[in-house]
Amino acid sequence: MKPPALHLKAIGKAFGETRVLSGIDLTVAPGEFIALVGPSGCGKSTLLRIAAGLESPDEGSVVLDGRDVTAIRAADRDMAMVFQSYALYPHLTARQNMALPLVMRRMTARERLPLLGRFLPGVRAKLSAIREEIEAAATMLKIAPLLERKPAQMSGGQRQRVALGRALVRHPRAFLMDEPLSNLDAALRVHTRSEIVDLHRRAGVVTLYVTHDQEEALGMADRVAVMLGGRILQVAAPDVIYRDPQHIDVASFIGSPRINLLPASVDAAGRAQCGTHIMADGIDSPTSSQVRLGVRPEHLRLDSEARPWSLPVAIERIEFLGAGALVHCRAEGLQDPLIASVPPARAEALRHRPILHASANSLLVFDSAGARVGQRQIAACHAAE
Amino acid sequence: MPRSDPHESRAAWFLCGPTLLLMLLLLVLPTIAVFVLSLTDAELGEPVVHFLGLDAYADLLTDRSFLGAFRHTAIYVLLVAPASVLIGLGLAMLIEAGAGGRAFFRSVYFLPVVSLVVAMASVWQYLMHPSFGPINIALRMLGFAGVNWLGSSDNVLAALAVIGVWQAVGFNMVLFLAGLTAIDRTLYAAAEMDGIRSAWDRFRVVTWPMLGPTTLFVSTISVINAVKVFETVATLTQGGPAKASETLLWVIYQEGFVYLHIGSASAMAVVFIAVLLFLLVIQTRVLDKQVHYG
Amino acid sequence: MIGRSSPLLRGLRLLVLTFGAGVILFPFIFMISTSFKPQAEVFSAGLSLIPTGSAALDNYTKALTRIPMGRILLNGVVVCAAIVLFQIVFALPAAYALAKLRFRGREILFGLVLLGLLVPIHAISIPLYAAARMLNLLNTLAVLIIPFTLSVFAIFLFRQFIRAIPDDLIHAARSDGLSEAAIVWRIILPNAWPAASAFAIFSVVAHWNDLYWPLIAISKTQLATPPLGLLFFRAAEVGDDYGALMAATVVITTPLVLFFLFAQRLFIEGVTMTGLKG
Repeated sequence: MKPPALHLKAIGKAFGETRVLSGIDLTVAPGEFIALVGPSGCGKSTLLRIAAGLESPDEGSVVLDGRDVTAIRAADRDMAMVFQSYALYPHLTARQNMALPLVMRRMTARERLPLLGRFLPGVRAKLSAIREEIEAAATMLKIAPLLERKPAQMSGGQRQRVALGRALVRHPRAFLMDEPLSNLDAALRVHTRSEIVDLHRRAGVVTLYVTHDQEEALGMADRVAVMLGGRILQVAAPDVIYRDPQHIDVASFIGSPRINLLPASVDAAGRAQCGTHIMADGIDSPTSSQVRLGVRPEHLRLDSEARPWSLPVAIERIEFLGAGALVHCRAEGLQDPLIASVPPARAEALRHRPILHASANSLLVFDSAGARVGQRQIAACHAAE
Repeated sequence: MPRSDPHESRAAWFLCGPTLLLMLLLLVLPTIAVFVLSLTDAELGEPVVHFLGLDAYADLLTDRSFLGAFRHTAIYVLLVAPASVLIGLGLAMLIEAGAGGRAFFRSVYFLPVVSLVVAMASVWQYLMHPSFGPINIALRMLGFAGVNWLGSSDNVLAALAVIGVWQAVGFNMVLFLAGLTAIDRTLYAAAEMDGIRSAWDRFRVVTWPMLGPTTLFVSTISVINAVKVFETVATLTQGGPAKASETLLWVIYQEGFVYLHIGSASAMAVVFIAVLLFLLVIQTRVLDKQVHYG
Repeated sequence: MIGRSSPLLRGLRLLVLTFGAGVILFPFIFMISTSFKPQAEVFSAGLSLIPTGSAALDNYTKALTRIPMGRILLNGVVVCAAIVLFQIVFALPAAYALAKLRFRGREILFGLVLLGLLVPIHAISIPLYAAARMLNLLNTLAVLIIPFTLSVFAIFLFRQFIRAIPDDLIHAARSDGLSEAAIVWRIILPNAWPAASAFAIFSVVAHWNDLYWPLIAISKTQLATPPLGLLFFRAAEVGDDYGALMAATVVITTPLVLFFLFAQRLFIEGVTMTGLKG
């Protein structure tokens, strides 16, 4: 494997008494797109700012292309950032906004002098090169007609593109994006998602993408890092994060509607019992006898007759969502309702099937601390299916 | 305008009635009266009034003390306004730049704003006293010759300007502080990411353009307040020595309320209004467009 | 990192700010110090701040007795309080109507407000003086108050502020049966309180300081406001009795400065708000 392009090593950070990041370790392979996802206040934006150099970590280091840049200021790290508010300079046109990072990096203070600078040797060539690059980037982002406009004369989506253009045009070592889509309306957000992925593929540059929106994270990134309470709980490919969460908080943060969690106790034989009903067996040497069983809504089935490994429920409500339907059920002794996701055509018929069971290989077992517990054989009950 | 409903209309006039009456009595009628009086040679207590027409204004053009007052006011404004705006901005940026002593310095610099101008002018008179004023004593200790601050026609406007700047910087500083805190912090982050390293570039690219509306407002207020200089003149110099510190308001006051020539004083007042109108037009029509980026 | 500054720069910042603070405080320090000094020491051309002989009692007695100092300060308080009160009482309903009601003539009324912003009292003082003379109002406290009962600036400021109050709040009040006047005093005033207190500060500072109009309208020491009173004090003083003059300035400056020191946030916010909205 190639050495990582970006390595965040043992990062810790506190603001006064409040600890916002602890023991963060994240390696990003060259060209990789990583999404940092988590609820607000989980520290993901702080981590991004530390990677950028806008914030300094209390502990740990930032390594970029093999070089420790922890002590190097943001202006000298050659990373580009796209901000949630876009942070375009309102007094400059789109063209000037995009030109600024190039001018600041390529021209000396003397060459940047208004009027006079133009007459220094080589300045005209530099300026025309910058001009061409801006036009190329603008064409790629389809904002060429907007170049002479100021941000106030553009729509939110257009501003967002200019902000992308400002980051793109200078070919940075890494892209850092802080919720770049959250100020767009829903339709535009979905559309822009695939465009950003496309841009990333073309540029082939390491991208760290902060979002609170799990759909964005799962849909765009090569790997997803789930953050909670200042820690990274799991870093993995989107399907692995969803299918194989290593922590109960990852399981419940990722997936909508949320994963169903059932408290259960495990006996000596490794069988998990929820109330009087046995739901799973084959659980590896449980560290505690109290566990929680997680099962995604689409893995719950409803049946008309009781079988082993099933749970009788009362069906409370059926919620139609167009492409699917959610059946809200309540089981005796459980506080939270259980939700099953079913095809809408069958939903009404399910009212008379008050027995819930989980499909094969779908139960996730978490110990009382929230860590995943291994299973030798999962939900053997469904061998019949 | 959308059709107004009669009930709402009645309520509106009921609410505005008293104010409208006051406006007529205290604003509209006096303004008309000033314009009418300005065309006459009216004198207070003199029953016979002649209509002069625009001749009253022609007379002003040859009135040396009025032209002098006009010039002195312009010089005073040019001394006070730029200095108080720039120092106010500098102080605000210095206070904003660090954590230490913010509240303390803000209060200290604001102190002159809430101190009685007439009283502090008296203090400055003592400080600037040619023989035993602390300023000249200090200058002499440092080996310089003392300066006749308020008593020489060459220095008097500069001396008044020092007091004017001292009085005004705190006010401007507070407005600039508000302007600075209103700047979106992410713009500074964006500038840093764009490779902006020096404080000067940060100021040029973010702070100064973002402060545009504040700077324009502070400048306008500073100019208008400086044009209205009166208290220090009335307290310290009475327009002297040798009329060298006569300002617009001072000559209007003298002409109208000391010599009781209310006709020509009104003409001066009209010119005074015209000056203010001119400044306001420059602000709203010309400069406003350059600081709002919409 | 942004704002990461070296100890050197931090020290420089404190140095410059402290120097500036010294310049600002310099007159205050000499004012207080001189108010304790006997006349001979004032003339002795030294820079010492600590008076050797004490003439404090003498100076302050003169300051308080040459002119009716208590009465003058009271005049200032009464005049400023009355002005602020009237200004708010008249301006708030009009500002509400201009901001939230639709009626014929609204534009004209607002035009008058803008005209008023342009024309200062100084420019129309001549007709106002003539009218006051005719009505025998010269040398009364009333004449110090009446010309300022209308503040177009207050109308303008409150209008800006009231426009930001949601219409739904007013619709709700109307459907609850409140009259328009009741809406002004029971809904708008509490919601516009920040603007009202900001304006009050602004107005008090302006009128406490004003010399022009009192100088024209008042010739009796008994009715003087603080700035005019100080002019009378100076006129009554023979020669350069700076000790007594400084004592008088201390007495006359202290009230508003104390008010400021106790309500700093109110002052700063007041100036900021009146500045940014105006």
